[in-house]
Amino acid sequence: MKLVLKRYRAFIITVIAIGFLILFNRQIGLKAVNISANSFIEMMLVIPPVFLLLGLLDVWVPRETMVRFMGEGSGIKGVLLSLLIGSAAACPLYGAFPVAAVFMKKGVKFSNILIFIGAWSTTKIPMFLFETASLGVKFAVTRLLIDIPGIIMIAFVLSKLISKEEVQKIYQNAENISK
Amino acid sequence: MDTYILYGTAALFLALSFFKDKKKTGMALKKAWKAFENILPEFLVVILLVGVLLAVLNTEMISKIIGAESGWAGVIIAALVGAITLIPGFVAFPTAAMLLQGGAGYMQIGAFVSALMMVGVVTMPVEMKYFGKRLTILRNILAFIFSFAVAAIIGLVVGGI
Repeated sequence: MKLVLKRYRAFIITVIAIGFLILFNRQIGLKAVNISANSFIEMMLVIPPVFLLLGLLDVWVPRETMVRFMGEGSGIKGVLLSLLIGSAAACPLYGAFPVAAVFMKKGVKFSNILIFIGAWSTTKIPMFLFETASLGVKFAVTRLLIDIPGIIMIAFVLSKLISKEEVQKIYQNAENISK
Repeated sequence: MDTYILYGTAALFLALSFFKDKKKTGMALKKAWKAFENILPEFLVVILLVGVLLAVLNTEMISKIIGAESGWAGVIIAALVGAITLIPGFVAFPTAAMLLQGGAGYMQIGAFVSALMMVGVVTMPVEMKYFGKRLTILRNILAFIFSFAVAAIIGLVVGGI
């Protein structure tokens, strides 16, 4: 119980703060509650299958398979797979982190994890279709063509900036989180 | 539509898994729940913060900020707004289209869309939980800088500046 309270402390503080916001400015406060409730419902609709697939992946796909396809020495194949899996995603960026944790646990190479996160954040296929419809083909395609090398470049720079020990710590942490 | 595909895929694999090995399926379900519950507190905080942010910053306000300015000042503001807010794509793209019609430049919209998708200031607590403080901050900074490159190229190619 105490542990639960501690984990949800930030949430409780935020709820209290919003309570004050409602007292202070009823209109904005209630609007905030309304928007939050809507995005909560939206999240609850999208997230269960993601985590379900994650659980299944964790149980069924052996570490060796993932290492072979996306681990150290997986080369360009690993890069392409990371881009592809990230792009196929359909939910917001925060959904990528739990998936990345399982990938790390399964021995996926660090730079491929970063490419995967980058692809998830910006080159999602469903979003691309939507972008084309609203902003035009030229805009969407130009952005996509810059984004792909950009994602790989950012992943490369990040993996150079982060030391081996830090990477190890992040992998350890992933191991604990998705136990 | 995406949601249906997602549910369909999950249901299919779940059925397949259940058919092959009930015990493993149970384990998978348990893992799925634990992974979800693990991140739930951070998710809830993020959702509330986004709610407050969107309640304060409405579309007209964003439009005023990016639409009025032009040049790099507008790009910087657009990138900042994109980095801080967390608007789902299906809202963001029509909004961006509206802003374009309202007189915003392609460069600004390129910066806005790019920062919106790649930089997540409000989701940083969630990201830090998985990747630690340093990597999270570095990734967001690099993605933010990259948004300017995207803006410049989009301005060049689409805007024809």
